[in-house]
Amino acid sequence: MSSLPEAPAARQASEPARVSLTPQPAAAAGLPVESEEVAFDIRNFSLWYGARQALMDVTIKIPARKVTAIIGPSGCGKSTFLRALNRMHELTPGTRLEGSLRHFGQDLYGPGVEAVAIRRRVGMVFQKSNPFPTMSIAENVLVGLRLNGVRDKAVLQERLEKSLHMAALWDEVKDHLNRPGTSLSGGQQQRLCIARSLAVQPQTLLMDEPCSALDPLATAKIEELIQTLRQDYTVVIVTHNMQQAARCSDRTAFFYMGRLIEYGNTRNMFTNPSNPQTEAYVSGRFG
Amino acid sequence: MEASPYLPSENFARWRKVKSTAVTAVLVVCALAVIAPLFLVIYFLLVNGASSIDMNFFTQLPKPTGESGGGMANAIVGTITLLAMASIIGVPLGVFGGIYLAEYGSDRANDWLRFAADVLNGVPSIVWGMVAWLMLVVPLKGFSAYAGSVALGLMMVPLVMRTTEEVLVLVPQSYREAALALGVARWKVIMIIVVRTALKGIATGVIVALARIAGETAPLLFTALGNNFWNHNLKEPIAALPLQIYAYAISPYDDWHRQAWAGALVLMALILALNILVRVLSRDRNQQN
Repeated sequence: MSSLPEAPAARQASEPARVSLTPQPAAAAGLPVESEEVAFDIRNFSLWYGARQALMDVTIKIPARKVTAIIGPSGCGKSTFLRALNRMHELTPGTRLEGSLRHFGQDLYGPGVEAVAIRRRVGMVFQKSNPFPTMSIAENVLVGLRLNGVRDKAVLQERLEKSLHMAALWDEVKDHLNRPGTSLSGGQQQRLCIARSLAVQPQTLLMDEPCSALDPLATAKIEELIQTLRQDYTVVIVTHNMQQAARCSDRTAFFYMGRLIEYGNTRNMFTNPSNPQTEAYVSGRFG
Repeated sequence: MEASPYLPSENFARWRKVKSTAVTAVLVVCALAVIAPLFLVIYFLLVNGASSIDMNFFTQLPKPTGESGGGMANAIVGTITLLAMASIIGVPLGVFGGIYLAEYGSDRANDWLRFAADVLNGVPSIVWGMVAWLMLVVPLKGFSAYAGSVALGLMMVPLVMRTTEEVLVLVPQSYREAALALGVARWKVIMIIVVRTALKGIATGVIVALARIAGETAPLLFTALGNNFWNHNLKEPIAALPLQIYAYAISPYDDWHRQAWAGALVLMALILALNILVRVLSRDRNQQN
């Protein structure tokens, strides 16, 4: 062990001390051009858990109908950032935030704005697939609609088929829609969760490491699915897997210690990053 | 051959075996002593009660003093009526209280609520009878099925509340998040998704509580009072198995004593059946998880 030139852990520990952590407005090189429709327009966004600041002065424009990947080491704030986009972070008591977050022009945190209404437009898929164990495949897909008062059988049937088609699951489950959702394989369960999110017809889909519990084949299917989703939806995906970010996203944002370090077109980020920290991270030298 | 340092001397090994056998024997005796009373109860009830159980016991009313035969049909129906009416009070209050504890209350409020529930669980059952007597029997000027059900229902509340809380806390947070992320209001997430996931556990808690109160006599003594006839009016006294057993057991007639044993056997069978139902429900639940 001692003969190795430098242990990665030691490197990671010393990294913050060596590199300046000032925010990088210069990352503007990768910002969307004016003509592009913006899904999330976020300015000077900071978030605290109690006294601990988890996000610091993040300014970013996430384009509509494109896939934006959020990368960064554990604890960098990327999941917190994602959960703030549909106010899921409010389930954690003691959070506080500053700054402006807009989704297609609508203020997400304006006075009187209800998190419930936001989440119908900004859906979320989680790291671990979580179909409801008491419900069949069909009931899982339709639960969001039913609980929001949709009773029309024709509408429900149409959404059921459409959502499962979009989640690339229809052919595998169409003959046993009444089996429990939990009877499916891990990858199928995750696609079922995607179908469940799509059924309520959101504009944007947030994905929090959706493949980290899946095998490579199931991961490939989800990544393929993300490529088709971007035609109709805005997708923001948090991932630990840099190959995944490189493969399936249009834009990549690199977070480190609560700050947005660099944001740009995915190809530039991975081939020619402008920030030395980004370069160190994407080339696997830390994190 | 040189003695291995890991082998004990022969005496030491023998002494250790003696100690080991002695400790094992003590533990086995204690374990038997724990389950022996159950078998004793069942044995005595069968020996003394089984011979008095016939169709008449389940279909006929008690006979007037001096006549032999008759049954406890009214008491069996009365106990079932009282349990059903007690559930109307105990289940909603207990379940909603448990939902509040698991999903809504602040830590501080919950500490107090749990403490109150634990104290209520320890309130002697005769005290519940006195409370119901003061609340209902005195103002309504009469013993009634209502008063008996209220006494039993109030006993159920803390039991159901704590078990409901326990099973709701076991529902993974990820289901709540998944439902909230669909834009479903929080109360619907809790009342429909979370409660449905925990439904078997909640049902188990309710049945455990029913089994607990089914045999209670003291809360009924000055509320339901007992009755030797069919009760068609819940504002009137109603018969119950434990009350009938009590009345017959302290009577001077051999025939009534036999009937008391039979009643005790039926009551015990009912409670045993409820407990078996609980086992079946919780086995299903464990398999599901």
